[in-house]
Amino acid sequence: MPGIPLTPDVLSPVVVGIIVFVLAAFVGLELISKVPPTLHTPLMSGSNAISGITVVGAIIATGAGSGTLGSVLAFVAVVSATINVVGGFLVTDRMLGMFRKPKRPEDTK
Amino acid sequence: MSIDTRALLYLVAAVAFVLGLKRLGSPRTARSGNTIAAGGMLMAVIVTLVDADVSWTILGSGLAVGAILGGTAAIRVQMTSMPQLVAAFNGFGGIASALVAGAEFVKADGLELPTETIFTIILSVLIGAITFTGSFVAYAKLQGLIGGSPITYPGQKMVNGLLAVGIITAAVIAQISQDPLAFWLIGAVALVLGVLAVIPIGGADMPVVIALLNSLSGMAAAATGFVISNSALIIGGALVGASGLILTKLMTEAMNRTLSNVLFSGFGATSTSSAAATGGDVTTTTPEDLAIALAYASQVVVVPGYGLAVAQAQHAVREVATLLEARGVKVAYGIHPVAGRMPGHMNVLLAEADVPYDQLLDLDQTNNLLPRTDVVLVLGANDVVNPSARDDEGSPIYGMPILEVDHAATVIVVKRSLSPGFAGIDNPLFYREGTRMLFADAKQALTALGSALEDV
Repeated sequence: MPGIPLTPDVLSPVVVGIIVFVLAAFVGLELISKVPPTLHTPLMSGSNAISGITVVGAIIATGAGSGTLGSVLAFVAVVSATINVVGGFLVTDRMLGMFRKPKRPEDTK
Repeated sequence: MSIDTRALLYLVAAVAFVLGLKRLGSPRTARSGNTIAAGGMLMAVIVTLVDADVSWTILGSGLAVGAILGGTAAIRVQMTSMPQLVAAFNGFGGIASALVAGAEFVKADGLELPTETIFTIILSVLIGAITFTGSFVAYAKLQGLIGGSPITYPGQKMVNGLLAVGIITAAVIAQISQDPLAFWLIGAVALVLGVLAVIPIGGADMPVVIALLNSLSGMAAAATGFVISNSALIIGGALVGASGLILTKLMTEAMNRTLSNVLFSGFGATSTSSAAATGGDVTTTTPEDLAIALAYASQVVVVPGYGLAVAQAQHAVREVATLLEARGVKVAYGIHPVAGRMPGHMNVLLAEADVPYDQLLDLDQTNNLLPRTDVVLVLGANDVVNPSARDDEGSPIYGMPILEVDHAATVIVVKRSLSPGFAGIDNPLFYREGTRMLFADAKQALTALGSALEDV
């Protein structure tokens, strides 16, 4: 019957989100279990910086139509998330820059 | 940009996070991994900004302020203070997630929200707020702004329980009526709960707390991802949530304790030393004798503890190691998982002092090496080398995996006094035959040792 559009059953966004969340969590568990103890601190600060992905939400929240209260919340959210992201990646890079390769001969200072 | 294009580009950012975390698994690739993850983040931000209907004033000033504050802190921080910095960053991440969810609620402005959106807003506000204040209490403890010892009071569990009940009640009301007051209440009580949950936890348990807060900051981001239907937040949050959980588990295992025991027992505040003082005589030594013992050893293992970090002695220990290596002595570092104030803290401190990472051994590697070790130098560590954990079933730390330094030929303990560790447990190692005590501040002892070595 032409003219009647097909309306496929569509998953609700929440269910899609749950699927993505669960799979990503398992990927995280797999990846992190293999990290040696030596790197646990940079791992923690690096992954902490990744949790600053909430900065994306903070950016969207500054959008028009949020009113005064919404704008205040959004501003504080942008500041906090940016501290998390910029500080987190920078300090991780600083730390990892200190991890020195195993000694070559004549490498003592 | 269409919503589909945007979603696919967010996926690319998420893949960068996964690849970045994977490369963080080896010291050779870790730095590039961090860069890749940062690139993913930059890309996610740019994708969000394209065609974005945002207030550029608010956004630009927010980004600038945040970047300056975060960047300055990251560049200035001393490696000893890394745990509190990571705690603070965690806290900022947590509150940002809670605020984004809050802003989303405010934006709805009374329009009826779908059930699942309300539910995830509640989750995000709750987890984010607890992470925020919990992290800053941990920060204050680590920074020494408040005492590191557990703060307990009668009825503590009752109060926390009541607050939890209050949150659940407010959540039910918020879910049914979408009443703004209920949301504010959840946020406020969660802030209080974050404080109350962390104050009873002692300084030595901070590795567990920091790892757990790390996980929570990820969970908060993921919850916010559900609120705004953004897969980048869900994936990034889930990765971090999982990573924090694994580290939490590793830390509790390294203490042979359960998470609930760490969180609720006030360890160190309530435990009176159950093991009677072993007493007995200790054998003391001098830096000069120690220098001779070390200079003629073939394998030396250094066991650093938090005392080393407190004394800022990581460079001094490296200098001693360099002198020994010049004499052909092999030096390795045995690092217990909970030696510092966060997972892997001691490794970073030693890396800062230029110790190559292949000399940093984990628990099992060290215990394999110890029977073939001539001299073990214990610097500011106590409970992690206490043989009671292995031998004395009555000991409060019985079952905790330890560095078995008593398997080495000679053990030298550098310690300021015979005072017990945080758990108030006496250490039979000190009274053992073959153990020699050097009563001194770690840094002074190492400096004296260094000059004595020059004369050997």
